[in-house]
This record gives sequence, C-alpha cells and structure tokens, in this order.
Amino acid sequence: MTSFMPPAQKNWWAVPVGRQEIVWIAIALVWCLIMFFMMPFWHMYGDQNISNEGYRVTPIKYQAKVNEMIEKYKVREVGAMKTPVVAPPDGGDIYLMARLWSWYPMLELKKDVTYRLHLTSIDWNHGFSLQPVNINLQVVPGYEFVLNITPNKAGEYTIVCNEYCGIMHHTMLGKIWVKE
Amino acid sequence: MAQFRQCPDTGLFFHKEAENLMKANAVAGVVCLLIAGVLALLVVLTRWPAVHLLPADAFYMVLTAHGICALIFWVIFFEMAILYFAGSTLLRSRLATPRWAWAGFVLMIVGAVMTLAAVFAGKSSVMMTSYVPMRAEPSFYLGLVIFAVGALIGCFVYLGTLVVAKNEKTYEGSVPLVTFGATVACVIAIFTIASGAEILIPTYLWSIGYISHIDPAMYRVIWWALGHSSQQINVAAHVAVWYLIAGVIFGARPMSEKVSRAAYLLYIFFLQLASAHHLMTDPGISSEWKIFNTSYAMYLAVLASMIHGLTVPGAIEVAQRKKGLTNGSFEWLRKAPWGNPVFSSMFISLVGFGFLGGISGVVMGTEQISIIIHNTIYVPGHFHATVVIGTTMAWMGLTYLLIPVLFRRKMILPQAAKLQPYIFGLGMSLVAVFHMAAGTLGVARRHWDMGFAGNPLGFEYPATAYLLMGIAGIGGVIAVAGGALFIAIAVGSLVFGEKLQKEAGLLQSFGFPLADSAYTNEKPARLPMAPAEAVEADHGEAGFEAPGTFILAMVLLVSFVIYYFINWKYLSEVWGLS
Ligand SMILES: [Cu+2]
Repeated sequence: MTSFMPPAQKNWWAVPVGRQEIVWIAIALVWCLIMFFMMPFWHMYGDQNISNEGYRVTPIKYQAKVNEMIEKYKVREVGAMKTPVVAPPDGGDIYLMARLWSWYPMLELKKDVTYRLHLTSIDWNHGFSLQPVNINLQVVPGYEFVLNITPNKAGEYTIVCNEYCGIMHHTMLGKIWVKE
Repeated sequence: MAQFRQCPDTGLFFHKEAENLMKANAVAGVVCLLIAGVLALLVVLTRWPAVHLLPADAFYMVLTAHGICALIFWVIFFEMAILYFAGSTLLRSRLATPRWAWAGFVLMIVGAVMTLAAVFAGKSSVMMTSYVPMRAEPSFYLGLVIFAVGALIGCFVYLGTLVVAKNEKTYEGSVPLVTFGATVACVIAIFTIASGAEILIPTYLWSIGYISHIDPAMYRVIWWALGHSSQQINVAAHVAVWYLIAGVIFGARPMSEKVSRAAYLLYIFFLQLASAHHLMTDPGISSEWKIFNTSYAMYLAVLASMIHGLTVPGAIEVAQRKKGLTNGSFEWLRKAPWGNPVFSSMFISLVGFGFLGGISGVVMGTEQISIIIHNTIYVPGHFHATVVIGTTMAWMGLTYLLIPVLFRRKMILPQAAKLQPYIFGLGMSLVAVFHMAAGTLGVARRHWDMGFAGNPLGFEYPATAYLLMGIAGIGGVIAVAGGALFIAIAVGSLVFGEKLQKEAGLLQSFGFPLADSAYTNEKPARLPMAPAEAVEADHGEAGFEAPGTFILAMVLLVSFVIYYFINWKYLSEVWGLS
C-alpha cells in the first residue's frame, strides 16, 4: 500500500535500484536512441522525406501561377466542369491548388520522372491524400509547400481530401494519371 | 474548522469540502461521458458503411461535440476529482481555498455548456481542433476559454493544498508516489492551459472581428501544444491511477521510488514536445524542429512510459510473489483478481495503452512514417487506444473503487460489473485495431462518406477497407454497450446502491483501524511513512524481482521493434519524395 503512502525511507533517492530495472532502462534507452537516429538516417539514405522548402503565398499570386501552367501545358479537359488536365515537362514545376471542394487542375505525369510539386490552399486547411499509394500531406492556406515527387508506378491515382473542410468535404477529389 | 471523516474500508481521511468537490467533479465527468457515449454511437453508426446513419451536416456536428465532450470535458472533470483526491485525501490535508475550487467548478460547467450549446446550434461544426480560418461561433471559443480558466483554478487549488499539507505537517517524509504523479499531471495541465489561452483567446477575438488574421500554420503549432499536451495530462494522471490501484488491490509498493519518480520527471521535461506529432507533414516547419520535438528529444518521454510499463505490473508481481504466488513466471498474474472490475479495468488499461496505443503512437509520430498515416482513420484508431482504453478505463477502475469509498454506496449489479471492463475493452480494442488497419488502406478520418457520393470522378477504396470499417463499427457498438453498462452501474449505485455502514473491508487486513464514517472536527493523525519492508528471501529469479513482468516487457519491445520496421518497409514502397 505504499504507492499512496510516503516512501518507507526518508532518503528514498539513495536506495539502490534493482538489477531488473537497470537492465530494462538500458534496453529501452538503446531502443529510443535507435528510433531517434532512424529519422536523420532516412533523410540521408531514404527516398521518402518531407522537404523543408516552403514559402508564404497569397491566393491571387498562386492562382496566377496555376493559370499560367494550365495555359502552357494543358493537354485535355475532363468532365462536365471541363477541368483541365496538365502534362508538365519533365522535371518541371507543378502548381496544384486546393479549394472548397476540389483539387485543381488534374495532372498527367510520367513514371520515374521527378517533378517539383507546389501545393497550397486558397481557403481553408485541406489534406492531400494520394490514393491508393497513401501519401498524406497537410495543405495549409498561406503557405506554399514545395516537394520533389517521383511517381514509381503507372496508373490512375486519386487525391482525396483528408482534412475536414466543411459540408462537402467528402466530395473533394482530384486525379493524377501516371504514364509509363 | 475543517471537518474530516475516515473511510472505514480504506482508512483514508476525507476533508468534507474536498469530498464534495470530488463528488461534483466526478459526477459532472460521468455526465459528459454519457453525452460523449451517445454521440459516439451516432458517429459509429455513420462511419459503419452499411449503416451510414446521419446526414453529412449532422455527422460533422456530432463528431465535433463527441471529440470535445470526451477528450476535453470528461477527462478534465475527472482529473479535477483526482487532483483533489491526491492532494487532500492522500495527504490527510484540508483542501486549500474550497471556495475558489467551487468557483473553478462553476466556470468549467458554464464553459462546457456554452461550447456544447454553440456546437448543437449547428454553426460551429469545426471539429475539436477548430483550425482557422474555418470559423465557429464566438461562444464556441469563449466557452473553451472559460472552461480552461476553471480548470486552471483547480490546478492552483491543488498546488495550494500541497503547500497547506507541507506547512501543517500532515504527512511524514515525502509525498506518496501517487500524489507525485498527480503533481506532474497538474504541472503539465498548467502548461497546456497556458497554451490554450495563448491560441484560443486570440481566436475568440478574431471570431468577433477584433483581430483581422490568425496565421493558420502558427495556429496549428500552438493549438497542438494544447491538444496534445492535454492528452499528456491524461497519461501522467492515469499512470498515477495505475499505481494507486496496484497499491489498493495488492498492497503493492513501487519497485523503486527513485526510478518511478525520475520517470515522472521525464514527463515534465519532454512530454509537451509531442505537439509536433500532428505537424509532421506540415509546410513551413523544418525537419530539425520536427525530429527533435516529435521524439520528445530522443524519445525520453517514451522511455518514461516504458519504465512505468515495467514498474507498475512489476510492483504487482512483487506483491503477489510475497503472498506465495511464486510458481512459474505467471502464477501471480493468473491468480490476480480478474473478477474485480477495479483491477481488470486497470490492467486492460495498462496493456491496451502499451501495446495498442503506445506502439502505434510512436510509430505514427516518426517524422517520415507520418506520411503514410497522417489524417487517415489510423489516427482515431490510435488515440482511442490511448485515451479510451488507457485513460477512460483507468478512470472507470477508479470509479468502481470510489463508489464505496467516496460515496459510501454498495455497488449495484456486481455480476454485470465483473463483465463490464471486458465488454468495453474488447469493443474499444476492435475500434482501435480496425480503424488503424483501415487507415493503412488510406481511409480518411473526419469524413462522412468513404464512397464519395456526389463526385462524378469517382474513387473506390478497396473492398477490404469497407470490411475493416464494418468490423470497427461492430466494435464501436460493443464499446458503447460496455460504456452504457458502466454508466448504469455507476449512476445506479449512487441512486439505488445500499448505503454502507461501518463494516470491515479490504484494507483492515493491512492494519488500518476500523472507524466510523462520520465527520468530526478532529484533525487526522499525521500520515505516517509506509512501513519499512521486512528483509525477506528473494522471491524472484536470477536477481530479477519480477521475472514474469520482464518477459511481458520484452514481448512489448519485440512487437514494438517489428511493427516499427514494418512501417518503414511500407514507407519505402511509396513514391519518392524529397
Ligand atoms: Cu478539403
């Protein structure tokens, strides 16, 4: 019953610690350090890292960049809304915009080519959730996120919004096609 | 003149004012749990794809209210009761400034009602996190601020009580470990509430038009210093409850006061850094910041939890072995009182928190692994393991303990109470595990329709994801049933339970005197130090006092390592990102 009574010894801090606890603390500490160093290790040797590149941006400036890209590289339109599909040049910049409640525009990319993806929201927070690969990024208004992305498989991909953004949140989808 | 009574079952002394405050806070907490539970059922039945009960607007409103009611109101009201218990009752001290404590309680009630009213009015379906620039009604933020001020007053009353106890020399030696843990929870709570004020007060001013702009990225950083740290209050407090229950049920003493307290200090120093867990895939924050903070500076708070994970069951094992349960590695555990809901709630809380909540939390909080988990339904899966199986079940165990001690009522439906922790634990484990599984398939959290009805583009999650969400739905219904049973027993006992008279109980066998439970003006005798441990033969094996616990700890570690690297493997298969 001593967990809720004062310790039996006045100098409880001087009581030696049992072997079992020392062994466990040592093992646990080693594991903690391994987990800690895995993160910088992956930055050096892994292929999936979040970039540190980001800028403050205003919706008007960003929309201008999006429109400029669409004008240059639009390849077709999709659906009743005539959403443009853009095929950016290899290694080029992609300006993707989140808004209530769509991802704009749609993209056509090539497998194993690296692009610079710019990402922001012009209204509220949104969540970039690329399916079925399951890559998830936070999209914060006012901040332009820049990441190098390299698709490694061909196919049709869907961007789901996974940050709650209001009543039609569940309809917020975008498309990316990756070609061989 | 402070009035005290001594509980004849436990020998604990209750200061009348403190006791009334504990009762009021505990009852308010259970009422919030009831509301949260009803809302949980609606959430469950909507996210269960085959049922899909609510329309979208009602779903988001109910989800917002569920989060706030469960994650903020239920746990914090109950924490106030725990603070007063740890400060006043465990130290045999009068409570400092009971009037301030009542004022705090009233503010908490007012704030809670105000925020919930704003949500149910329908224009504040912004989720618990209320990320700007999405806007709620001003009273939504104001209610939360008022609630927090009330809780802050409670924290200071607790600290004041520690000072009173020290000055009036109500105890010998150092404060008990449970009180030490509660103090850590209190310190973290003050940090948490300060962070909350720092972000919610400006947000309130913004909502009434006084401030023009709140930076959305900064909001997330500071809000999570409130949102995540508040869950760390729970961790510190429910670990204290584990130690308390181990002490009450088994007469367990900490394996080492020094180790357990040092682990608690690590919580104070490092737990709050974990607000970073939510920001791993955010723009505008550097990797250095993310790595340092998400790992609580080299995982030192995880180390602390791993220490408690060993020393809590270890203390139980040592106590059981002293009673002669020394056969094999696990006789002490097999012959534990599994039919006693105080113990079974506590033990399920311990195991579920470690294996389901702890491991998944560290894995998803890894900077890069967050890429494949962030904002999927894996996240609610994880925190239902920590906050519901971990914290809520610890509170439930404590409630079963307090019904006779604090309220002096005999528990009704003892047979049902035996089963309740298992029903609730099983249901909530299904919720946790299957939500996590569905999250690995990309199912989004806070999402009304995984079928994306109304979007011509169309997208189908794999059929397995629907199956997993269905099983999670069944688990949710089981959990709600278990929760309803808990509330029926707890509230039923207060209303219909037989009033307890003076009678010998559990702790008289440990030498506590039998006393009448009437209030007197007499000051309790000073709380003595725990009796010194008799020098006895070592009941453990190979110099290990609690060999069975060590095996369990190694099982945890191995599961942890395997699961951790499996997730790195998954990550390595996705698109290149840099
Ligand atoms: Cu969205």
